[in-house]
Amino acid sequence: MTATRSDDAVPGDSQWPLWEVFIQPEPGAPHEHCGSLHAVDAEQALLNARDVYARRNEGVNLWVVPSQWITGSTPEDVGPFFDPANDKAYRHPQFYKTPRGVKVF
Amino acid sequence: MSVPEFLLRLSDDRLILGHRLSEWCGHGPILEEDIALANISLDLIGQANLLLELAGKEEGRGRTGDQLAYFREAVEFRNALIMELPRGDFGFTIARQFLVSVFGILHLERLSQSRHGDLAGIAAKALKETRYHARHSADWILKLGDGTAESHRRVQDAIDELWRYTGELFEMDDLERALAGDGLAADRAELREPWRAEVGRVLAAASLKMPADGFMQRGGREGRHTEHLGHLLAEMQIVARSFPGAEW
Repeated sequence: MTATRSDDAVPGDSQWPLWEVFIQPEPGAPHEHCGSLHAVDAEQALLNARDVYARRNEGVNLWVVPSQWITGSTPEDVGPFFDPANDKAYRHPQFYKTPRGVKVF
Repeated sequence: MSVPEFLLRLSDDRLILGHRLSEWCGHGPILEEDIALANISLDLIGQANLLLELAGKEEGRGRTGDQLAYFREAVEFRNALIMELPRGDFGFTIARQFLVSVFGILHLERLSQSRHGDLAGIAAKALKETRYHARHSADWILKLGDGTAESHRRVQDAIDELWRYTGELFEMDDLERALAGDGLAADRAELREPWRAEVGRVLAAASLKMPADGFMQRGGREGRHTEHLGHLLAEMQIVARSFPGAEW
C-alpha cells in the first residue's frame, strides 16, 4: 500500500505538492514553522513563501520543505511519547537546589 | 520643467502597470499567485507614489501625488503603451511583467546613480523590488514555456503580441538626452543590448522564440495612448473624483 499525499486527496483543489515553510525571525535564531503552501518546485515554493509569509518584515531567512518528507508523531503516540516525562522532575533543572554561594540571576 | 516631465514618465509606467496587476486580485490562478501579483502591484504603486510626490514637489505648483494620479486626463499621462494594455490571460500578464521588469532593473541600476539625490534613493529602493519581480516572472516564463502545449502557445503568443510595444521603453528624446547629459537620467538606448541578452537567455531556456524587431508602437510619452487607458483611468480615478478630498 502506498501512502496518499494530503494534496492528492482533494481533487480540484490543487494538483500541486504541498510545502512547509520555516522562517528565521532574526540572525542566529532557529527557524520556526510558519505555515504551508502549494508549489510545483523548490524555487516556486521559495518565491511563494516570500510572498505569503515574509512580506511584512517577518524574518531574514526562509526554508521550504516538501510536506511529504516530514514524518510526524500521531495522536496515539501522545501517551508513550510524552506522559513518561510528567513524573520525572529530576530531568528539570529546577529539581536541584541551588548551592549556597552561587549567584542566582 | 524637464525634471517633473521625466519623473512622470517613470511614475506613470509604474502606476498604470500596478493598476493593471491589481485587476488580478481575487482572480489569480492559485491563492499563492494571487498574493504574489497583488504584492508586485503594491510595490509598483508604492514606487509610483514616491515618484509622483517628487514630481509634484519639483513642479512647484503644489500638486500632491494623489492629485497627479487622480486628476489628470489620459492625454496627460506619460506611461509607455505596454503598461496600459489589458491584462489578457495569465501568460500575457507574466510575459509583460517579465519584459518590463528586466528593463526596469537595467534602468533603475543607472538611475540609482543619478545626481538627483531623491530620485537615486527611490531608484535604489525600487531596484530591490524589481529584481524580485523579474525573478518571479522569469520563473513563470520557464514553467509556461516548458509546460503544456497550450501554456507554451499562450505565452509565445503573448511575447509576439507584446514585442511591438517594447521599442518605446528604449526611446530617447531631447528631454531625456539633456537630463542624461547632466547625470540626472540614463541613456535608455544603451540598455537595449543587455535587455535583449537577458530576455533572450530566459526565452531560450523556456524553449520560446524571441521575435524579430519590426514596427514598434509608440506615443505614450507624448500622451498619445491606446483606447484602453481611458477605461483604466475611469475605474482608477472614479472614487477620488466622486469624493474630492476624501480620506481613508
